[in-house]
Amino acid sequence: MHTIQIRFFAALREALGTTELPLCTAAATVADLRDELIARGGAHAEALARGRAVRAALNQAMVPESAALKDGDEVAFFPPVTGG
Amino acid sequence: MEPQPTTAQPRVRIQTEDFDLSTEVAALHAADTRVGAVCAFVGLVREWAPTLVAGAPALPPEGALASLGRPGAGSEAPTPVADAPAFMELEHYPGMTERAIEAMIEQAQRRFEIYGARVLHRVGRLGLGEQIVLVAVTAAHRGQAFAACEFLMDYLKTQAPFWKKEHSAAGARWVDARASDDAALAKWGIEADNAA
Repeated sequence: MHTIQIRFFAALREALGTTELPLCTAAATVADLRDELIARGGAHAEALARGRAVRAALNQAMVPESAALKDGDEVAFFPPVTGG
Repeated sequence: MEPQPTTAQPRVRIQTEDFDLSTEVAALHAADTRVGAVCAFVGLVREWAPTLVAGAPALPPEGALASLGRPGAGSEAPTPVADAPAFMELEHYPGMTERAIEAMIEQAQRRFEIYGARVLHRVGRLGLGEQIVLVAVTAAHRGQAFAACEFLMDYLKTQAPFWKKEHSAAGARWVDARASDDAALAKWGIEADNAA
């Protein structure tokens, strides 16, 4: 088990009513972590549902969901970016 | 030794305050007489397409129409429900934003013959016509400056963690990412699947 700091932004942050969520988890990858959150049901299941456009960052760098997790990592989930 | 531009400010800045193009450009090439070309791009908050038109109530974003009230049943000429754009709100991921843009500038310096670059992006509440973003690049000649400036803007559009939310009388909605922005980055040989 490791502790991951999860962060949400923009529409995801609003849908979940949360900006940060520390989680003790056995998730090995970002994809596992997303699945674990989906399994909580409710707003998490809806906002992070497979098929929805959700992007992820690991320790503040964009990553594919196959990225591996370790203790102390920061993972962010957010919608496609729209800056500029 | 190559002359180093004396820049009091970091080359990547995320701020709520407005910026002055002339000041930023002057600071970018100050004390660097190798510079023969400066290319600067400024992005503005532009008016967005209305989502509701008079007499044809559309689906309100997030039920926002409820607070507006509706014309009475006997009303001959329904009051137009204009979704007049009011302001834009920009959110970002502090820390990651700066790191991502720094990495983009480093990549631009490897790809193009440029001397300096500066990226400013505003966050928070911005009204129509206000400046959102500045990308400025210096080089010896215009070709590399134009190319690097466009490259940085294309990169920023799909890879920097910013999110825009449009606010109007009819409510608020998050702006959708556009596939055309991914396509713009693809022309530099970089695959993006931001909007996909």
